[in-house]
Amino acid sequence: MVTAPTDAQAAVEMASAVETARITATLIRVTGDWSLAEDCVQDAFARALVDWPVRGIPRNTGAWLTTVAKNRAIDRMRSAASEKRAVRELAILTELEELPDGSGGNPGADDDRLRLIYTCCHPALPLDARVALTLRTVAGLTTGEIARAFLVSEATMSKRLVRARAKIRNAGIPYRVPPPELISERTAGILAVLYLMFNEGYSATGGATLIREPLVREAIRLTRLLIGLLGGSPHEPEALALLALMLFHHARRGTRTDAAGDLVTLEEQDRGSWDRAAIGEAMALLAAAEHMGISRRSRPGSYRIQAAIAACHMTAPDAGGTDFAKVALLYDHLGQIAPSPVIELNRAVAVAMSQGPEAGLALIDRLEQTRSLDGYYLLPAAKADLLRRLGRRTEAYREYCRARELAPSEVERRYLGKRLAETGPGSSS
Amino acid sequence: MEYMLFICTDPTAPAYVAAEDNIVEWGAEMEARRVTRHGNRLRPVEDATTVTVRGGEVMVSDGPFAETKEWIAGYDIIACADLDEAIEVASKHPMARFGKIEIRPVWPLGE
Repeated sequence: MVTAPTDAQAAVEMASAVETARITATLIRVTGDWSLAEDCVQDAFARALVDWPVRGIPRNTGAWLTTVAKNRAIDRMRSAASEKRAVRELAILTELEELPDGSGGNPGADDDRLRLIYTCCHPALPLDARVALTLRTVAGLTTGEIARAFLVSEATMSKRLVRARAKIRNAGIPYRVPPPELISERTAGILAVLYLMFNEGYSATGGATLIREPLVREAIRLTRLLIGLLGGSPHEPEALALLALMLFHHARRGTRTDAAGDLVTLEEQDRGSWDRAAIGEAMALLAAAEHMGISRRSRPGSYRIQAAIAACHMTAPDAGGTDFAKVALLYDHLGQIAPSPVIELNRAVAVAMSQGPEAGLALIDRLEQTRSLDGYYLLPAAKADLLRRLGRRTEAYREYCRARELAPSEVERRYLGKRLAETGPGSSS
Repeated sequence: MEYMLFICTDPTAPAYVAAEDNIVEWGAEMEARRVTRHGNRLRPVEDATTVTVRGGEVMVSDGPFAETKEWIAGYDIIACADLDEAIEVASKHPMARFGKIEIRPVWPLGE
């Protein structure tokens, strides 16, 4: 039987998304060798790409891939064992040979994948390495794909991954799901890594959007995977809320820039083009997180509050119809559990929208006096918007100038440039 | 696994409070758990001497080899199951609060 190459390729891609973490995790547990496990899994997918179009897609793709990866690992261990005549390698070989091939039917598979995620996100690894290792080992992206997503060379990314694996081995980072006294902090660490991965992809604008899409996609997929594995745990509500938050942001992906690649603010985005299905799923996830939080008496964490804020924006019929009083209140809660001047700035903007520009401006002035946001372009930008709405055009112009000087990228500078032209001398608006 | 804890001073840490120094309890707990192998305080950097041999000539100089605001005030060699246990042991040491502790895995020769 010959399968159309495109079908076979789609089957390999699908299997890669579903099976990589499970097979890699099991091979790491048995062999203790991260690079060997990753190489063998990659070899198995490479074989599938050659084999499936010719011989057809196997009925159980997971079992097929497990067998190929396992046999590859057995070959490698066997040659290592004969070189060293090592007892340890022989013991590993025996265990490898006894591994079950079936996917899904292996009751230890969930534990293996969780172990892998917790180890990749261990706080003793540098943050960028945690993200890269999770993408490589859990998501199964190639080193080249990860390098392109982070806009670094493949050699740089490869070095980062080699360093991370070496540290796991040399520093004795345990390959396990952490014990109860550590699990809360470590699970929060995983959510932080996934959110960072998402933002890394999401904050890219203009021409960079395409190449960073894998980060967004993988972050969402891995969060789904984690939720599946965390079922019943006290961390489930925060993980659900994080997924809701990602989907709310992701629902706006097509409307954040215009045809020319210029930034379109939330108020000006075409709400009709937002992804309704994603918003619907995010609302359901947030409701589930809130319901679960109430029944388990867990206080809302930062993702639950951030998702609730996003929900206010995403469900309003238009920008003016947003419940800004609720948004301001939610930012107040968020500031209490995770104090930050950026949250205070967002609260000030929400207060301005619900109580009027003067009230917001007073909060921003107070924040400016603390100097904690010196150099952050969104402070003068927010101030300028409020001054403009109050008709204080000269001051607004000055603040837009300041914001443009501080803006980090060309897209933002162009946006602020447009606003400058509107408030500048000779303009009519 | 064996780790070395470098017990360091940290100018940004809260001031030392003798009443909150639990080093005796820490030592007793870690000895009972058979974690600690060997450890001590170190005399301050004023008492340090640095030795180099260049071209067969021994050179001796006063002071530490690196002038920093942070310096090593003590050390402990510990044996732990893994890094998580080493982190737990270090986090209970009083100098984790009054200074900082660097955990380094011991690298046996030939490995």
